[in-house]
Amino acid sequence: MELSGAEIIAQFLEDEGVEYLFGYPGGAVLHIYDALLRADSVKHILVRHEQAAAHAADGYARSTGKTGVALVTSGPGMTNAVTGIATAYLDSIPLVVLTGQVPTGVIGSDAFQEVDSVGISRPCVKHNFLVNDVKDLAETLKKAFYVASTGRPGPVVVDIPKDVTDPNIKIPYTHLSSIEMRSYNPVTKGHPFQIKKALELMLRAKKPVFYTGGGVVLSNASSSLRSLVRQLGFPITSTLMGLGAYPSSDEQFLGMLGMHGTYEANMAMHDTDVLIAVGARFDDRVTGHLEKFCPTAKIIHIDIDPSSISKTVKVHIPIVGDVDDVLTTMLEMLKDSEDKVEQSKCDQELKDWWKQIKQWRKKNCLRYNKKTKTIKPQYVIEKLHEITEGDAYITSDVGQHQMFAAQYYGFDKPRRWINSGGLGTMGFGLPAAMGVQLAHLDKTVACVTGEGSIQMNIQELATCMQYQLPIKIINLNNRYLGMVRQWQEFFYEGRYAMSYMDSIPDFVKLAESYGHVGMKIDQTSDVEDALKEAFAMKDKLVFMDFITNREENVYPMISAGKGHHEMELAPDSELV
Amino acid sequence: MRHIISILLENESGALSRVAGLFSARAYNIESLTVAPTEDPSLSRMTLVTSGSAEIIEQITKQLNKLVDVVKLNDLNVSQLQHIEREMMLIKVKAPVSARDEIMRLSGIFRGNIIDVTDDAYTVELTGTSDKLNAFIASFDCDSILETVRSGVMGISRGSSALHL
Repeated sequence: MELSGAEIIAQFLEDEGVEYLFGYPGGAVLHIYDALLRADSVKHILVRHEQAAAHAADGYARSTGKTGVALVTSGPGMTNAVTGIATAYLDSIPLVVLTGQVPTGVIGSDAFQEVDSVGISRPCVKHNFLVNDVKDLAETLKKAFYVASTGRPGPVVVDIPKDVTDPNIKIPYTHLSSIEMRSYNPVTKGHPFQIKKALELMLRAKKPVFYTGGGVVLSNASSSLRSLVRQLGFPITSTLMGLGAYPSSDEQFLGMLGMHGTYEANMAMHDTDVLIAVGARFDDRVTGHLEKFCPTAKIIHIDIDPSSISKTVKVHIPIVGDVDDVLTTMLEMLKDSEDKVEQSKCDQELKDWWKQIKQWRKKNCLRYNKKTKTIKPQYVIEKLHEITEGDAYITSDVGQHQMFAAQYYGFDKPRRWINSGGLGTMGFGLPAAMGVQLAHLDKTVACVTGEGSIQMNIQELATCMQYQLPIKIINLNNRYLGMVRQWQEFFYEGRYAMSYMDSIPDFVKLAESYGHVGMKIDQTSDVEDALKEAFAMKDKLVFMDFITNREENVYPMISAGKGHHEMELAPDSELV
Repeated sequence: MRHIISILLENESGALSRVAGLFSARAYNIESLTVAPTEDPSLSRMTLVTSGSAEIIEQITKQLNKLVDVVKLNDLNVSQLQHIEREMMLIKVKAPVSARDEIMRLSGIFRGNIIDVTDDAYTVELTGTSDKLNAFIASFDCDSILETVRSGVMGISRGSSALHL
């Protein structure tokens, strides 16, 4: 079949089974848009800002495990998408972003809407391509999807000059079912010897703890992780990115660890003798002060990316491989040493370890005063969990509300918690929710946000109307940039520099002006009914503006330079 | 410690900037970097000299390996094999009649070649380890050196082991 470059792109996306293409047209991609009109199986979602295209594709990818795809024009289209690309990069999300470029003949001449897209995106992509010749287009697209979705996933940018999509130049096209690249061969199988060594250490452990991260979700290893952790009877904690991979309602789950992790999780990290890190990368929000990190532990680290191993924390037994593959191998090896497993489970030392953990648990570190008239953000999240039966897809923005959602929603399934962990991108929540909702049309999707974050991509309310996306927006409105304010309270003697937002819009009217339903809730006693009412409106986007306690702080908290055991809990006065 | 890392990478536009960009983004050191196509025109061979603690060097090699354009690499300072390194220099020195004998004598001692001669300047071509080139430079007084250009270090392992596909 003879196709033009633009038609090749459209046909390729169809052949690759791409459901949604999130994009925004412009000069350099007009040929592509024209060809897309005839690609029936690819639904184009017109966002209102290119950043949202990348985030929506990202939300789609996180909630499905498939590669998200975005299409933007050259110059500002591409630069607007960069924040979304970097967001995906930091959280290892498979994304293919097609960017228009000025025609090859004028590249480098500072042409209208020209930027060096390959240069700009280089530090925040897994890989990128500039397609110089239409003959390379199909193969490059195939490579882009292959690289984005395999190994440690990540975003790939394909920069396509306008002349490469010229409708008058047609070449033969066939869809490649697979591709090989001599320079790219990600390791997936963990080394059996290393796995065995790790298992032996685990079975001898006195105070073991699993520390799991986003890699478990990315590798779809949730079920093998559950089996392994339950068989061994070990406690488990998760990073922000890994929430849901292990059910948080399970007795063995200690809650999230790190800066705003639970008391029991962080104390267990400090005291453990064998730390089993699975698909986690020892991020600074998790480790606290490195010199005080897990002082007595032997560390096992399972990760698909060799460069994650011993990057900040020296690891004793590294296992490079796909998390699910390694855990499955471990489970098989466990079968052969069943006696040892039983022995280890009955072990008095493990019992003592659990006894200690239960002591820590008694602190009930997430408790808060539920009797206040002004709305506590924690309460809203707990009620949200109740009313959605813990089964909603929750996206979030970045700040206090993000931590409250992570701490109080209680995720039991993977891919239900969609947030920007690594880059911490405010403005992520709403566009990500669009991608999630499109991927799961009949499921409940809520975006937990704050009045600061939501305004960073508020324009997407229009996209939600155009495509009838019944997202529920939970706006925890404290009239402050809450996390900034919290740090200013703690570390800048309460000098609230620029963390107060004057002239906050009337979100109810704003939502209504876009054609949605708006609700304002300002009393604790109204929270539950309001949520019920909103979630009953199955086919409507409801913007719920919760006027929350202004100076609520996120606890527990590990301050900069502190270790896990030096975390601070909420002062008693706040707990009543 | 100083390490020489040999890299085989795709001979594609942008490959060099990926390597250079990685070093600047992660605040690694580059002492020298040299790159040219190999006998297979689709591949370039790069020799990169860097320095850092064992942990940093480990990260550098892992991060380099992660670049999609990097086909293969070898840290010549950690492989069991010994290696040879060479650097080439062209150095242009003032050559008044009174100094010519000395320049020729020094070139001879250092096994250099005088490759350009004019009324007032000689250009010497010299190959060797970086130390040898430094020693040659040090044997001139600063004022008499007009220009130096160095290739950066190239390295290769001894014996039959080779960095190839």
